[in-house]
Amino acid sequence: MKLTVQDLNSHYGPAHILFDIGFEVGEGEVVALLGRNGAGKSTTFRSIVGLVAQRTGRITFEGKDVSSKPTHEIVREGLGYVPEERRIFTDLTVEENLEVGRQPKRPNAPHWTREKLFALFPNLGEMKNRPGGRMSGGEQQMLTIARTLMGNPSLVLLDEPSEGLSPKIVEQMVDAILTMKKEGVSIVVSEQNLHFARLISDRAYIIERGRICFGGTMAELDARPDIRDAHLSL
Amino acid sequence: MAFYVVQFLTGLASAASLFLVASGLSIIFGVTRIVNFAHGAFYMIGAYIAFTLTERLSGTFGFWGGIVLAALAVAVIGVIVEMVLLRRIYHAPELFQLLATFGLTLMVEDLVVLIWGPDDLVGRRAPGFRGAIDFFGQNIPSYDLFLIVLGPVVLGILWLLFQRTRWGVLVRAATQDRDMVAALGVNQKWLFTSVFAVGVFLAALGGALQIPRDAVHHAMDLRIIVEVFVVVVIGGLGSIVGAFVAAVLVSELNAFGILIFPKISIILVFLVMAVVLIVRPWGLFGKPEAAARKTPGLTVNPWRPLTSSERLMALAALVIAAMLPLFAGNYLLTVASEIAIFVIFAVSLHFLMSVGGLASFGHAAYFGLGAYGIAFLAKMAGLPMIVCLLLGPLLGCMGAAVFGFFAVQLSGVYFAMLTLAFAQIVWSIAFQWVNVTGGDNGILGLWPSSWAASPSRFYWLALGVAALVTVALRAMVFSPFGYALRATRDSGLRSEAVGIDAKRIQWTAFVISGTTAGIGGALFAYLKGSVFPDNLGISLSVDALVMVLLGGVETVSGAVIGAIVYKALNIWLVSQTDLSKLVLGGFIMLIVVVFPKGIVGMLEMLAQRRKKASPPGSPLLAKPIESAE
Repeated sequence: MKLTVQDLNSHYGPAHILFDIGFEVGEGEVVALLGRNGAGKSTTFRSIVGLVAQRTGRITFEGKDVSSKPTHEIVREGLGYVPEERRIFTDLTVEENLEVGRQPKRPNAPHWTREKLFALFPNLGEMKNRPGGRMSGGEQQMLTIARTLMGNPSLVLLDEPSEGLSPKIVEQMVDAILTMKKEGVSIVVSEQNLHFARLISDRAYIIERGRICFGGTMAELDARPDIRDAHLSL
Repeated sequence: MAFYVVQFLTGLASAASLFLVASGLSIIFGVTRIVNFAHGAFYMIGAYIAFTLTERLSGTFGFWGGIVLAALAVAVIGVIVEMVLLRRIYHAPELFQLLATFGLTLMVEDLVVLIWGPDDLVGRRAPGFRGAIDFFGQNIPSYDLFLIVLGPVVLGILWLLFQRTRWGVLVRAATQDRDMVAALGVNQKWLFTSVFAVGVFLAALGGALQIPRDAVHHAMDLRIIVEVFVVVVIGGLGSIVGAFVAAVLVSELNAFGILIFPKISIILVFLVMAVVLIVRPWGLFGKPEAAARKTPGLTVNPWRPLTSSERLMALAALVIAAMLPLFAGNYLLTVASEIAIFVIFAVSLHFLMSVGGLASFGHAAYFGLGAYGIAFLAKMAGLPMIVCLLLGPLLGCMGAAVFGFFAVQLSGVYFAMLTLAFAQIVWSIAFQWVNVTGGDNGILGLWPSSWAASPSRFYWLALGVAALVTVALRAMVFSPFGYALRATRDSGLRSEAVGIDAKRIQWTAFVISGTTAGIGGALFAYLKGSVFPDNLGISLSVDALVMVLLGGVETVSGAVIGAIVYKALNIWLVSQTDLSKLVLGGFIMLIVVVFPKGIVGMLEMLAQRRKKASPPGSPLLAKPIESAE
């Protein structure tokens, strides 16, 4: 297994947010983490990369226990994280944003260069010197993904990549994610949009009120409209 | 004409050191979000070490090598401080960091006297820059010309460092969002340490370069830190270009202000700062801060009024305190009166700081104004004590009304720096306006009327007022006004959205708090029989902060306990040791690191623990940074 999460519990202050979350991701797989707003998707991701201080449980990445490591060490193991809020460095240019993400080459993961990323996201190549603050939401979303890929991750946690984007940009996003998969990057993508998730994912987990309540292939999920309607419909 | 040009050039030369120190402070703040109060101390150590090195090492190389070596040595000290002290408190509220670095400053002030002695030291002149250049009959020291060139050169080097190196890109990224930088695999710890080293290096270099111009002495840290605060507030925290422009502006205002208002030149600078803050609260080149994300779970225990049994206990404590004159001697009663007065002072700051979320770093201004109010009324108008006590605090009230109006336009560290600057203005007026205030000699001979003259009667008066003030402010915490004030503290935006006029509420709180401090100051003037500029000084402001923090900033009644413990300890320490600043500074750092929740906060938490198992991970002690929040 590429990534295994077991018995993950997280707290914000006195509030208990995640309850015994468990899931796994295979080598080269794209796994969707589905759930409504506030279900705990982002907190799950933030807990995995160590951005939530109060967490217990076991997170195994490429056979190594990374549960107690600080964020930057987890990321340096090759576990990339693309946050939901994008968090572009607005004062830095596109190239400088990519520079912040740059990490050495990794033997077991595809190697990304600026040129390769500008080919993947042609829009970015046209605005290398533009400050991140003067880009559209879609361009910023591409930049966050490109920035994380500069770290040559072997697995990426993508937090709601389609949120707030126009249908055209969403299509580009689907292409980009499929290219990443083809290159050999394992991906966990959190989504509210089942349609988007279906286009890219091999398997899915559903999270509701901080608990995993379904796990299976996309076909298995489609066979259970009751589950889908109970946990995902708006 | 030539005279003015020379004056202008002198101003530019002074700007160089100021810029070095201010840019260092700005860089450190940008990344670590720590306002490094100890920056002035690093500047001072830089000057002292450079003095020693340039005396020992001979020749041209010895001089310049000594300057650079001194700055490097201080940078190493800075790294040690960062790793040992600051790493433990990055996640503490910003106030604690300011206070911890203040504690460090106090320690350094005593340490340099221990090592280098109390006298002013005059350093070597710079080889190659000993002479002066004649400019239409006026002399310009050639070293000044060197400094004038150095300023822009350093600015250029810093610019290249930040724009053209990976380290610079990482630092700029971390200035905006340091957690995201960590989430991209960058080790924040070393980034912070390296930034701190660079910032401290700049401060120490600024100090070392001053030795051919100025004598080295053990109070140069406070003078520069106040100027540097002014510079970064005007230029914008985090902006290096802003630091440069503001350093030039402030230095020129100083250079020409001395010609226009020789006595009160410092006021001109503060006036300009006030104007800048009103027009652009984030400084000329700064950026408006995004609304800070509150750390959830900061105040876990909701505040509640005392239960009836707790009220009885408080009353019992008051009755016991009132029985003190039955067995205590005069000295003890005087000490107890002083403690009661400091309870008033601490409670007044607590109201502003804990209830209003506005940490004033210059609260002594209003305490001291109250004291001077008494002095003016009693000595000049010859009014009786009871009238003076009623009217004297009004001076504190007026001061708070004027300064508070400007101060509440800001929040967080900007608020802290502005209140500190205002307090320095009041202090310098008291210090420099000798005709009215007596300057350093103060105003003497203020004695209570016969009805309060005996130590036990004065003690009862102080205790009674302290109890009254504490009860009144507590009642206010649980009044609609208190709710509104706490709402503005917890979320400015949301409280505005439900129709609270946040600025007005905060201003009112500021005036209430300042007036209360003035009451304390008024009693203090009668207790001591005299008034001095120290009654408005920084160290008194910090005393108040320590009292509140020691008691527990998140508690309702911490200030009272904090004041009693701290003041008793303080009086005892001063009677025991000459190195009171060293001990006090160490004590402050200890509190910040070991008891971030204060005495009362810790007692409350222990009580809570006994009642039920607390949620996992709630820290009893400050933890070193492990992972980003």
